[in-house]
Amino acid sequence: MVDPRASVINERLKRIGRIIVVSSGKGGVGKSLVATTLALTLSRQGCKVGLFDLDFTSPSTHIILGAKDAQPKEEKGIVPPVVKGLAYMTLVYYSGDQATPLRGADVSNALIELLSVTQWSELDFLVVDMPPGIGDALLDLVRLVRNIEFLIVTTPSLLAFETVKKQVTLLRDVKAPIIGVVENMKMNIAKNIEQKTKKLGLRFLAEIPYDPKVEEAIGDDNKILNTAIAQKIEEICRTTIR
Amino acid sequence: MHEWALAEAVIAAATRIAEKEKLKEVKEVTIDIGELQQVERDIFQFALSQLKPVSFKNAKFQITTAKTELRCRVCEHTWLFRKQKLDENTAEAIHFVPEVAHVYIKCPKCASPDFEVTKGRGVWLESIKGAK
Repeated sequence: MVDPRASVINERLKRIGRIIVVSSGKGGVGKSLVATTLALTLSRQGCKVGLFDLDFTSPSTHIILGAKDAQPKEEKGIVPPVVKGLAYMTLVYYSGDQATPLRGADVSNALIELLSVTQWSELDFLVVDMPPGIGDALLDLVRLVRNIEFLIVTTPSLLAFETVKKQVTLLRDVKAPIIGVVENMKMNIAKNIEQKTKKLGLRFLAEIPYDPKVEEAIGDDNKILNTAIAQKIEEICRTTIR
Repeated sequence: MHEWALAEAVIAAATRIAEKEKLKEVKEVTIDIGELQQVERDIFQFALSQLKPVSFKNAKFQITTAKTELRCRVCEHTWLFRKQKLDENTAEAIHFVPEVAHVYIKCPKCASPDFEVTKGRGVWLESIKGAK
């Protein structure tokens, strides 16, 4: 018996210029906010951008975007709706805002299903918001999708950075390219994360200051683009990504 | 027409296997569909007939349907999935991504959502027969 779905995944993604996977070994570091802001920033710069939330058990990009009534269309697969200028895909279309308790095998199956049936339009960038860690979703993504690049998010905490180191080791083992590391929620001037990142041979992309106003911006794309996060991400787009 | 995307996956996988096995002509493709995904058989069959490549032109697509068996991980109760017990929106959500069954279905004995789909989840390519 053969699961046929994987055979068609790279065909579904062939009209996408670059796939940037925003990921971290640790939860709560701001991956979803960075991913959403990155997608919105690239879109406002005139690029065609998609955002794909692969954090099935704790999705939050729909809340950050304020994607209230969007629903995908069914047309030889699933066509993501355009939300705030982004082709936007999330499991929330099907799970609603209800608890979605999935074990590893279920996460794999849902991820393969969405990758195999989602009909992405022609895009310059697809930004992927990952669940934390180096579990099933990450392993499946690197196994099944060609030409993905990782943008890693950490906080100033050494606990977060320790998980980043493990993730970097894994990504190097599977030969997945890493764009660099973003230090989010920075509250001091210490340079230890920057130094440690460089010591790993990786590019340190930016330190993003902790911005208490971010909370007020959630749900409003224009407000998000006025946060300190957006300023730094705009810089990353200009200097590194575009 | 979500069935179209699944049919494309079947054709892509079957073509790859046929090439690997050096089959010049594929005569029969057997596909098993789990009830949980509620694939519309007629649309799926039509999509297969439209998508098949030249080497599949005389191929017959044999489609079997598997009942979906669910097993509770907490109390070990097993039961069969019944679409009729779901409202239209829920059935449709499960059709697109069968894993969201964990959102809407609970163990009928202990009400846990922690169950596994032991049989009949989605589309499987069972076998390919052809001539070299």
